[in-house]
Amino acid sequence: MNILYDERVDGALPTVDKVALLKTLQARLPDLELLHQLEELRPYECDGLSAYRTTPMLVALPRHLDQVQTLLQICHEWRVPVVARGAGTGLSGGALPLEKGVLLVMARFNAIVHIDPAARTARVQPGVRNLAISQAAAPFGLYYAPDPSSQIACSIGGNVAENAGGVHCLKYGLTVHNLLQVQVLTVEGERLTLGSEALDSPGFDLLALFTGSEGMLGVITDVTVKLLPKPQIAKVLLAAFDSVEKAGAAVANIIAAGIIPAGLEMMDNLALRAAEDFIHAGYPVEAEAILLCELDGVEADVHDDCERVRAVLERAGATEVRQARDEAERVRFWAGRKNAFPAVGRLSPDYYCMDGTIPRRALPGVLKGIAALAADYQLRVANVFHAGDGNMHPLILFDANQPGELDRAEALGGKILELCVKVGGSITGEHGVGREKINQMCAQFNSDELTLFHAVKAAFDPGGLLNPGKNIPTLHRCAEFGAMHVHLGQLPFPELERF
Amino acid sequence: MTAPQNVDASVTLLEQVNRALHRRTPLRIQGGNSKAGLGRPTAGEILDTRAHRGIVSYDPTELVITARAGTPLHELHAALDSAGQMLPCEPPSLGPEATVGGMIAAGLSGPRRPWAGSVRDFVLGTRVITGTGKHLRFGGEVMKNVAGYDLSRLLAGSFGCLGLLTEVSLKVLPKPRQCLSLTLEMDSARALAKLAEWGQQPLPISAASHDGQRLHLRLEGGAGSVAAAHERLGGEALASSYWSDLNEQRLAFFAQGLPLWRLSLPTHTGPLDLPGEQLIDWAGAQRWLKSEASAEQIRAQVQAVGGHATCYRPGLVDSPFQPLAPTLLRYHRQLKAQLDPQGIFNPGRLYAEL
Repeated sequence: MNILYDERVDGALPTVDKVALLKTLQARLPDLELLHQLEELRPYECDGLSAYRTTPMLVALPRHLDQVQTLLQICHEWRVPVVARGAGTGLSGGALPLEKGVLLVMARFNAIVHIDPAARTARVQPGVRNLAISQAAAPFGLYYAPDPSSQIACSIGGNVAENAGGVHCLKYGLTVHNLLQVQVLTVEGERLTLGSEALDSPGFDLLALFTGSEGMLGVITDVTVKLLPKPQIAKVLLAAFDSVEKAGAAVANIIAAGIIPAGLEMMDNLALRAAEDFIHAGYPVEAEAILLCELDGVEADVHDDCERVRAVLERAGATEVRQARDEAERVRFWAGRKNAFPAVGRLSPDYYCMDGTIPRRALPGVLKGIAALAADYQLRVANVFHAGDGNMHPLILFDANQPGELDRAEALGGKILELCVKVGGSITGEHGVGREKINQMCAQFNSDELTLFHAVKAAFDPGGLLNPGKNIPTLHRCAEFGAMHVHLGQLPFPELERF
Repeated sequence: MTAPQNVDASVTLLEQVNRALHRRTPLRIQGGNSKAGLGRPTAGEILDTRAHRGIVSYDPTELVITARAGTPLHELHAALDSAGQMLPCEPPSLGPEATVGGMIAAGLSGPRRPWAGSVRDFVLGTRVITGTGKHLRFGGEVMKNVAGYDLSRLLAGSFGCLGLLTEVSLKVLPKPRQCLSLTLEMDSARALAKLAEWGQQPLPISAASHDGQRLHLRLEGGAGSVAAAHERLGGEALASSYWSDLNEQRLAFFAQGLPLWRLSLPTHTGPLDLPGEQLIDWAGAQRWLKSEASAEQIRAQVQAVGGHATCYRPGLVDSPFQPLAPTLLRYHRQLKAQLDPQGIFNPGRLYAEL
């Protein structure tokens, strides 16, 4: 089922005279850079999920907050949908434009407003890159903890909108755990401050609600993040296993030993071979799975924990345990993992990255299930896994030039996510729903739950003009999607009429 | 202490909510009533969550515990303790009857909060009975989950105004290997300056309070880091019970007397010149004030430095929580109207308008 916006099931969008809107915007915002010709619009037709493209009606590239405010007010008056976008690195199509909408690019708001070392905070504009915050904080011995793999490019505004994660979430949390305050503009162009410089704020926790809301509730204009002192030292251990089950058990045993690693990653044979071929990280290519376990903190503690983890890994049946001898080797061990996606990309013309999360105990069963599904769909799957926090990234290899392969990859991806939901997990751990997983939302939530989500949306954007079609599917979409997936003779969403 | 019980009474709770919806009569949600003095008084038929109790699942290697709202908080702590784990946010009980549901609804966190995070930071999933009489599930038992809006974390600290929480899944962590409390003689201005300096360094501080005369610190971590920090900071030994007495408001400071206020402030705020006595927690980010000063004076001064003030003396002021800016209040009302259209859940407990 196509995931591009379909007014029939996703809801009708207002049709606006593009020329008249453009003239109005140009008259009321003479300094605002607006793109409106096809060749100018093309570069903005997708985000990091490049398999899906839609050319927006207009692209706005504001530099000043009052421009954003006026733009939102005009779009509200004219009932024009607005899709906000940061760096456009999102992997779920959360910033996929609409033909009938304005794409609001916030990337030019790229100033670091203030680093306050005594308060351990950084106040930044939404277009600032994730890594740039840590770089600006480095002279004070501080850093910003969440580190999505795209951190050299992705913007903090997008991180907030997606509640971005990274490889250090188990110990340091997601974006939502590292925010103090966010300023937003509502769909009507009103300014709201969520959170505060203090550790809590009166009223409902709207900061938590807005984090990860995928641009559906407001436009993020200013972000204050918490900074942490840089750990004195970080060490990494690499363990090889002759079965995925043993590697999974080792993960549980590390946690049971009372150790919370800074990062705990697993790669299966296909993924680690690809990474080794690409990066030459020194991975044992005969292993069925490897674990990378990073421990950070004060030197004495890290040394003790390394010994404990080594003992746990050996007891769990690791065929080999290696500690990176120096910083260069530590960086190399990680480079293999951090480049696993492009490495797998070298095995196949195209790949499709999943983002399901599962309770860790379900790992062996889910990996078996994925292997069986992959065989059914005649596609290869490489598995990269944030083992510490249960976030899987199965990479489905396919060739879009082979007729039907993209469809098969999509269908397999959907099945994998449904498997995650079935074992008590989620369809997305950190990449977001966007457009990509809009149909799988129907598997994770029932119609009453989706209805409540729509009620939340209505409290902030009753006209449905902010990023319509993302994150929460309409019940109509679920009815159609469910109709194609009759499970054990039971029709999902039986209470809904079909058309 | 009674033996742990495991009873799913959600059907009864759902019936009571549906009756209230049918009759359009408000409900006053309560667990152990340990935090009844917080917030505004709310009229309504009492909905007691305590029959719906028990730990639903707990697997220490998953670092997740799921419990029903009416579960006594001490039962949750006991289960975690037996596996060497804890709720890092140290929620205060404020009474022997405190429940898990009340802990989430009040959203109060203890001394470790600036370093470990708040109650909402550990919420992974919830089940909730809504204002349309449905029993729904949001979030789950996994660490990372960004599907849909984060309603679970929204419920933390919402004082039951958005729905009836029936079950919660929480992230938990292993207890630290070493824990050492110490006390240093210094005035509050110097203590705040030192805490700002130490905050920028990787020191294993997990609690910092100043009682007017002395700075009290807790160090937690591995043996090596705690010993090294102790050597560097010096000080004398302090009984670890100080932290639970502070958290449960059992220190002499909290004995009845002048009205009690909680001030939540930016981390690096210096000494705050307000009439009355102060007790500093959270390395300066939370301060307890006993004062006869007017609410206006306290709030104006606290707001000027970027903080907010909550009145802990029941009935003293009409709005114990700091009033919201008009635009923000409007969106609060719209959210309340959407999630609780008939206004049956704890009306007015948080603000008169909600």
